[in-house]
Amino acid sequence: MSDSALHTPDTLRSRSEAVAASLPPLLADAQHLAATVLLGVHGRKRAGTGDEFWQYRPAQAGDAYRSIDWRRSGRSDGHFLRQTEWQAAQSVMIGVDDSASMTFTGHRSRPSKLRRAQTLAMAVAILAIRGGERVGLTHMTDPPRGGQAQLMRMAAALMDGHEQSDYGAPRPKALPMGSRAVFFSDFLGDPAPIETVLGRAADRDVKGVVVQLLDPDEEAFPYDGRTVFESMSGAVRFETLKAKSLREEYLARLAERKDRLQQAARRTGWRYHCHHTDGSAEATLLWIYQAIEKVRA
Amino acid sequence: MMGSLAFVTPLLLIGLIALPILWWLLRAVPPAPIRRRFPGVALLLGLKDDESETDKTPWWLLALRIAALAAAIIGFAGPVLNPQQDRAGTGPLLVVMDASWASARDWSGRIDRVEALLEEAGRAGRPAAVVQLTDLPAGDLPLQAASAWVARLPAIAPAPFAPDYTAATEWAGGLTGPLETYWIGDGLAREGRRALAGALSDLGPLTVFESGRDVLALGPPGFEGEEIRLPILRLAGPGTGPGAGPATVDVIAHGLDPAGLPRDLARLSVDLDAEPPEAAFDLPAELRNRITRFEISGIRSAGAVMLTDDALQRRQVALIAAQSEDETQALLSPLHYLRQALAPTADLIEGALGDMLLASPDVVVLADIATLSPEEEAQVVDWVERGGLLLRFAGPRLAASDVAREEAGPLMPVRLRAGGRTVGGAMSWGETRRLREFDDTSPFFGLTIPEDVEVSAQVMAQPDPTLAERTIASLTDGTPLVTRVGLGQGSVILFHVTANAEWSSLPLSGLFVEMLERLAVSTRPAIAEAEDLAGTVWTPEQVLDGFGTLRDAGIRPGVAGEDLAVAPLSPDLLPGLYAGGDRRIARNVITADTVLGPASWPANIPVEGLDVTEPRDLMAAFLAGAFVLLLLDALAALWLAGRLSGIARGAAVLAAVALAPGLAEAQDAATDDALALLATEEVTLAYVITGDDEIDEMSRAGLQGLSNTLFQRTSVEPAPPLGVDLETDELAFFPMIYWPVTADQPLPSAAAYARLNAYMRGGGMIVFDTRDAHLGGFGSATPEGRRLRALAAALDIPPLEPVPPDHVLTRTFYLLQDFPGRHISRDVWVEAAPPDAEQIEGMPFRNLNDGVTPVLIGGNDWAAAWAQDEFGRPLFPVGRGFAGDRQREIALRFGVNLVMHVLSGNYKSDQVHVPALLDRLGQ
Repeated sequence: MSDSALHTPDTLRSRSEAVAASLPPLLADAQHLAATVLLGVHGRKRAGTGDEFWQYRPAQAGDAYRSIDWRRSGRSDGHFLRQTEWQAAQSVMIGVDDSASMTFTGHRSRPSKLRRAQTLAMAVAILAIRGGERVGLTHMTDPPRGGQAQLMRMAAALMDGHEQSDYGAPRPKALPMGSRAVFFSDFLGDPAPIETVLGRAADRDVKGVVVQLLDPDEEAFPYDGRTVFESMSGAVRFETLKAKSLREEYLARLAERKDRLQQAARRTGWRYHCHHTDGSAEATLLWIYQAIEKVRA
Repeated sequence: MMGSLAFVTPLLLIGLIALPILWWLLRAVPPAPIRRRFPGVALLLGLKDDESETDKTPWWLLALRIAALAAAIIGFAGPVLNPQQDRAGTGPLLVVMDASWASARDWSGRIDRVEALLEEAGRAGRPAAVVQLTDLPAGDLPLQAASAWVARLPAIAPAPFAPDYTAATEWAGGLTGPLETYWIGDGLAREGRRALAGALSDLGPLTVFESGRDVLALGPPGFEGEEIRLPILRLAGPGTGPGAGPATVDVIAHGLDPAGLPRDLARLSVDLDAEPPEAAFDLPAELRNRITRFEISGIRSAGAVMLTDDALQRRQVALIAAQSEDETQALLSPLHYLRQALAPTADLIEGALGDMLLASPDVVVLADIATLSPEEEAQVVDWVERGGLLLRFAGPRLAASDVAREEAGPLMPVRLRAGGRTVGGAMSWGETRRLREFDDTSPFFGLTIPEDVEVSAQVMAQPDPTLAERTIASLTDGTPLVTRVGLGQGSVILFHVTANAEWSSLPLSGLFVEMLERLAVSTRPAIAEAEDLAGTVWTPEQVLDGFGTLRDAGIRPGVAGEDLAVAPLSPDLLPGLYAGGDRRIARNVITADTVLGPASWPANIPVEGLDVTEPRDLMAAFLAGAFVLLLLDALAALWLAGRLSGIARGAAVLAAVALAPGLAEAQDAATDDALALLATEEVTLAYVITGDDEIDEMSRAGLQGLSNTLFQRTSVEPAPPLGVDLETDELAFFPMIYWPVTADQPLPSAAAYARLNAYMRGGGMIVFDTRDAHLGGFGSATPEGRRLRALAAALDIPPLEPVPPDHVLTRTFYLLQDFPGRHISRDVWVEAAPPDAEQIEGMPFRNLNDGVTPVLIGGNDWAAAWAQDEFGRPLFPVGRGFAGDRQREIALRFGVNLVMHVLSGNYKSDQVHVPALLDRLGQ
C-alpha cells in the first residue's frame, strides 16, 4: 500500500471521492424535514413549497382566488390551481473523533483508524452533497451547507489538528433539529459521554449512525510475552508478564463495550456499526448509506 | 575414523569451571519487557496476571547459553584432530619409486607422500635420496639434504614403461648400508619384485607405500566383424572393494577430423563391472581410418592410451566392371571373386568412376575395362600420380581392343599383343600353364603356389626391354602374368588374366587373396613379427610419456626392427609410433599378453597407504558452533519476549529468497506439466501472447468463438484456447497457433525460433494475422507488415503463394473462395504448390500439397470476426447489417476450414481419388 496511514488535506478529498464514486447519490429521508424548512434542490414527488412545476389541480372550495392559475383555467371551463413540487434538503452532521487513540494502526499496510474515519466521513459528505443535502461537521461552528465549497471547508476542518487527549468523545457544537448525524470513533474511552450525546440527540429528533472503528489488532490482541502497554500519548500504562493470558479477558471487555454502545444506540433509535480498518471502506459506506435511508420512519 | 584429539593451549580449558557461576548469574536476570503502544490499554486496566512464567530465564535457554560458552572456551583452547606424529628413524633415507605408467594416475599423491617423508627426514636432519626404478642413477647413491630433494620433486615424472627389477636388484646390491628405504610401489605384480625387496631390506628397514586406487589400462584393439574391440584391464586397488571405483569409464577414439584438426572421433561409455570390460566401437570406415589412438578418458597414464597403426585401417577399394551385372550370373561376374576376396578386409565401393574417385579410394580395380574416356583417363592418371593403386584385369574386351598396341600408355604397364592366347583348351594346342615360383624381387616372394592353379588364356605382353623388370609374376613358360609399373607416387598393375574363373583358376585359389594382400589392395598386417622386421630400421615419429601424453619424437635415434617387435620398453624404446618406409607401427605399453596382477610383498615388510593424514584444526568449527549457538540464543530471547513476529517474517523472506530459484524451477516444471495436460486432453487452439493485453484478449475471444463454432458444427470439440509464451511454452501440443502481429512486438529469442521451426516442420501451422487488411505490397506498407517481415525472417518458411482457387483450404469442410475476417482482403498466403502439380483428370483442381501448409499469412483480423463473449454473442462489429452477418459467417466457416485442414491434412484432396479406389475395389 503506497499511501501512508494518515491523510493530508490534498489526498483526503480525492480519496473520498474515489470511495463515494461507487454509490448513487444519497437522498436522506425528508419526512421530518418540514420542521427544519430548509429548501433544497431536490423534489420530493409531492406538492409543496418549491420552484418546479408539479401539477394543475381543479380548484376546490376554500382555495384562495389568487392561487388560481388563470392561464390554465382560461383554456377550459373549470378552475385550476398550479402547484409546485415540494423541495426540501436534509442536514447531515458528521462527527469524527480525532483523539490520539485514533491514530493507531497495528500494521504499516493498514490505514490508521483516524484516516479511515476521515475517508468515510468525507465520502458520506460527498454523497450527501451530490444528493443535494447539506452537510456539516459537529465540531464546526458553521451551520451545515451544501455545495462543493463545503467539501473543501470540511476537508480542511477535518485535517485541522488533533485533539491531544488519549480518548475522545463526540461533543457536537450544533445539531440542527431533525437532522441526521454520523459519529466515527473507536469508543475505547469512557462510554458515558456518548450515551449522553445520543440521549440529547434523540431529544432534538436527530437520528443517525454510530460507527465504531477498530484496528484488527485491537480486535484480536495478538500479543505475547512480557509487555508494557501504553496509550498513544503514553499517559496510561499497563504492564503484564504474560500478555497472552490476558487475551480472553480483554476480548470479553471489548465485547461488553460494543454491547453497551449497541444498547445506547438502540434506546435512542440510532444504529451501531463496527468497522475494521483492514476491511473495505466501500462496504461500510454502503451500510451507512442504507442506515441513513432506513431511518426514514 | 576418528584420530586423536589434542589442544594447543589446554590451560584455557580451566575456564570451563566458570560455567556453573554463569548458570547462577543468568538465572537471576529475566528478559526485558517490550513496550507497545496500544489504544486498547484502557480496557486492560485492572486485569491481573494469573501466572508469571517468564520471570526467570528458562532452563533450556540457560543450557543453550552455557553450551555456547563452553564451545567458545574449547574453541579458543585450539583443538586439533590427528596431530602430526613423527616417524622415528636415523641415518640416510632412500626413497625408491616404481615410477612406471601404472603410477601416473595418482602421481601427485605419490609425490605428496614423498614430500611428506622428505620433510620429516629434513626435520630429523637425515640425508636422503630419491631414486626412480625406471631411471636408475649411474654411480653412487645421490644422497643430499632432504630439502634439496623436495625442491627437485616436481621434476620427477613417471616413465611410460615398467621398471627393470633385475637391473635394480643389481644396483641395490652395490649399495652400502645402513640405509632406511621407503618404496613407493605402483601395485602391479612383476617379476623380480621380491628379489629387489630382499636386497633393499638387507640394507636396513624397508617400508612400502602403495596407493589404494584402481589401475586401469586399455588393451590392444581387435576386430570382431565390423566392430573394433578394446579390452579394458583393471586391477582393483587394495583400498577399493569391488564396485567402489567408478562403475563406468569413457573410452575415446581420437583422430583427425576432415579439416585436419585432432579431436575426439567417438566416445563410448564402458561398464567396468561387465565381464570382461570391453569397449566395442562400431564406426564407419572413413572415421575408423582416421583414428590415431584410443584412450580412457580422464586417466592420465601411458597404459590408458592405445596408439593405432596401419593395422586398424581398412583400404577403400573401388570396383568397376565393364558389363552391367544384372545380365550375367553371379559366379560369372568379373567382380564376384574380387568381392569375395576383399570384402572381409577392405571397404568396397562401386559406382561410376568419376564419383568413386571423389571418394579418394586407395585402390581402383578395373576388371576388363579396355578404354576410358580421355577425361576419365586424365582423372585416373592424376589420382594414380597422387599415390593411388590402379589394378587392372584382362578379359575378352581388353584382348579384343587395340589398347596399348603401339605404346603402353600411362595406365598400362606393358604393350599388349593383339588377341592374346588360349592354351590347353579344346581347340588349342598345349596344356594349361602353371605359375612359376616368384623370384625374390617380386612382392609375391615367398607365397606358395597351389598345384591346381592353372591359366588357360591370357593377354600377351609385347617383348620389350623393360618387360622383365615390370613383370612381378609369370607363368612356367616365362610369359608375364602380372606386370607392374610406377606412375608418379602410385602404380599400375595388370593381371593378364580375368578376375573371374573364365581364363584361369587363380581367382578360385587362396593364392589370389594372398597376392591381393601383398599388393596392399587389402591390408591388415598382423602384429609385426620379429623376423618380418629383421634388418629394418624404424624411426620414432611420436612417443608417449608416462602420463600418456603424445609428443613429437624429435631427434630420437631409430630402432632396429627386431627390437621394435620384441624388446621390452626401455628409455631407448619408448612406446610411440614408429615409421619405416610407408608403414607405421605403433608400440604400446599394453600388449595382448599383458596381465595386471596385484603386487605381493614378503610378509615382514610393512605396507602402508599413500594417504597423508592432515592434522585438522578444529578451532574454527568450535568457534562457529559457539557463534551459531549465540545466534540461536538471540532468537530464543526474542521469542521469549514476544518480539519474534517481525523477525520471523524477515527470516521467512530470507529463506524464501534462498529457496526461490528451486521453487521457481519446481513451479516451472509443474506449470509445464499442467500446460501439457491442458493442451493434450482435448484439441486446443493456441494464440501467441503478444504482450498487448487487448490483442491477447481478442485472440482468446476469437479462438473461443471459433472453438464454439467448431463444437456446434463439427466433430471437433476443442478445449478453451490457450495463450502460449513463445519463450517458455512447448508448442508441439497445438495443432494451430494464431499469431496476431503487432507493430511493437519483441522478436522471439533464438531458442524460441528453433522451437517454432521445429513446430512447423513437425506439421504445425502458424496463422499470422497482421490485422491491417492491407497486404498488397506483402508487408511493406504497414508497421504490422514490416514487423511480420522482421518476425518471420528467422523462420523456416517455404515459398508462398496466394491461396490458389483449388487449394484444399477451400473445401476441407465448407466450399469457400473468400477468407474474410473483420476485413475482406483476398490476399491470404499459403505454402506454394509444388511446380510439378498437375491437373487431375476430370477434376477442377490439381493434385496438390501433400501435408499441411506450415504458415498462413493474412491481414483480415480473423480473431475479431470470430470473437464471442461467454454467451456466444459476437464482440466486435463486422461489416454492416446483413452483409456484415454474412461476412462473419464466412469468416467462421473459414476458421472451420482452417482447423479441419490442420487436423485432416490433405484428406479432402485425396478424396478425388475415391472414384478410382472404388473402381479398383469393385474389380
